[in-house]
Amino acid sequence: MQWEVVIGLEIHAQLNTKSKIFSGASTAYGAAPNTQACEVDLGLPGVLPVLNEEVVRMAALFALAIDANVSRHSVFARKNYFYPDLPKGYQISQFERPIVETGSIEIELEDGTRKIIGVTRAHLEEDAGKSLHEDFHGMTGIDLNRAGTPLLEIVSEPDMRSAQEAVAYMKKIHSLVQYLGICDGNMAEGSFRCDANVSIRPQGQKELGTRTELKNINSFRFVERAINYEVQRQIELIEEGGKITQETRLYDADAHETRSMRSKEEAMDYRYFPDPDLLPVVIDDGYLDACRATLPELPDAKRQRFIDEYALSVDDAGVLTSSRDLAAYFEATVVAAKGETKLAANWIMGEVIGGLNKSGLDITNSPLSAERLGGMLIRIADDTISGKIAKQVFEALWQSDEEADAIIESRGLKQVTDSGAIEKVIDEIIANNSGQVEQYRAGKDKLFGFFVGQVMKAMQGKANPAQVNEILKKKL
Amino acid sequence: MVLDSDKVKKIAHLARLGIKEEDIPGYAQDLNKILGLVENMSAIKTEAILPLAHPMEVAQRLRADVVTEVDQRVHFQKNAPAVEAGLYLVPKVIE
Repeated sequence: MQWEVVIGLEIHAQLNTKSKIFSGASTAYGAAPNTQACEVDLGLPGVLPVLNEEVVRMAALFALAIDANVSRHSVFARKNYFYPDLPKGYQISQFERPIVETGSIEIELEDGTRKIIGVTRAHLEEDAGKSLHEDFHGMTGIDLNRAGTPLLEIVSEPDMRSAQEAVAYMKKIHSLVQYLGICDGNMAEGSFRCDANVSIRPQGQKELGTRTELKNINSFRFVERAINYEVQRQIELIEEGGKITQETRLYDADAHETRSMRSKEEAMDYRYFPDPDLLPVVIDDGYLDACRATLPELPDAKRQRFIDEYALSVDDAGVLTSSRDLAAYFEATVVAAKGETKLAANWIMGEVIGGLNKSGLDITNSPLSAERLGGMLIRIADDTISGKIAKQVFEALWQSDEEADAIIESRGLKQVTDSGAIEKVIDEIIANNSGQVEQYRAGKDKLFGFFVGQVMKAMQGKANPAQVNEILKKKL
Repeated sequence: MVLDSDKVKKIAHLARLGIKEEDIPGYAQDLNKILGLVENMSAIKTEAILPLAHPMEVAQRLRADVVTEVDQRVHFQKNAPAVEAGLYLVPKVIE
């Protein structure tokens, strides 16, 4: 039987505000436990939530970026459940009137296929605290610093048909929220995570199969692996005559499997109702127009502009616009390198990204500024240094604060373009390697590389390669 | 709507109330009386009335995104029965 996979994602993007969604406590990551949890976050009696204006603006920006309606009148609701890291006994979320209504986003797969994925809704809610199950004399430790951190939960339609599509969608949303500046996208710190609803049905069948929900997946690689594992599990179960039960499953990255967490029967009864502590959030046209005016250039538009303006390939433009910071770095490099777009693209995608990955850094804290990189590219373009020597200059730039010109000067890396000097070296090499010269002249063409190597070695790589080739050919 | 003893048990569980088995019929009776009272409202014609979550036509006021709270952990944790390493300790929960 041919099975069709059906996937929907719920993405939680942590909004990067300074303070919490309903209180003035800080949201900074990594603080000592419970030092950023105030009365409101602790759910002490008598406190009242007051909504942070930034989260409304950020949700509105997201809505505008995915062509969604912004609800003019959205409502907060209480989602009731009992867990110690949720001291109030309910999470303030949105249920019937989310702030972001239906929208859509276009994804692109590796083979270039494009597909529209529907976004059902996105709503604002508060995060819960953290439970630490290490041994505290048989007790659980609770850190409420995260309680009340603003989240935008983005719910997709069940429009994806493979793990690859799910990853492409997740990456697209990831890039979008970072472009909008509403989420730092840091998956290791949990600022961006997702739950996947997965089901299968026989090819051609209309109604959906029973779905399982995979919880809390925090990397692109795990999304793909968790979904593929779950699809395989469901296919095997059905083909062996079994039945899928609607349940929540946890992906265990170490064991590479999904495990049942709770079934539908044990499913929570959330008893949603409008939160009487919060009034409806009313948004008017003027507010939306002001938000629209601050929308940055979005990833798709930027990529197209890079293709048109800098004559980059689709792939290169895709890499360089994968984050707003990287794109800005590229553009600054192009300016500093006086328009050497191709050189800038190649060096950034090769050496810079490679160097950053090796040291575990991000483009925003690159040891090499766009200006200094541009300074070196100018010297490649005007033949002061060869591409090969440039690697040495790059290494020195990476390790120091010096400018490319100073490095080239102090280390004597200037390319020799004086043909007299090159000829002199070539004459010596021909004189000292008469055996090879004879063989070459007898037709062993491969030896040409040997002579180039000897010249470069004698001149410490500083000879202009094109000139070396030309003079060698003449002399041999 | 009539509450049977299973419903009473479920509500007690959701509210994290420990109730005695022998008290359940009594609770069911009392709760059913309350529901019966509320049931009287069904007589009111509500077709033309919109749902109302708030009695006043006012919108939510927003606050600026500014950190206004300082660390008061020591103060707050005086109320907690058990703390360690800055954490609140609670009976072990494993999901």
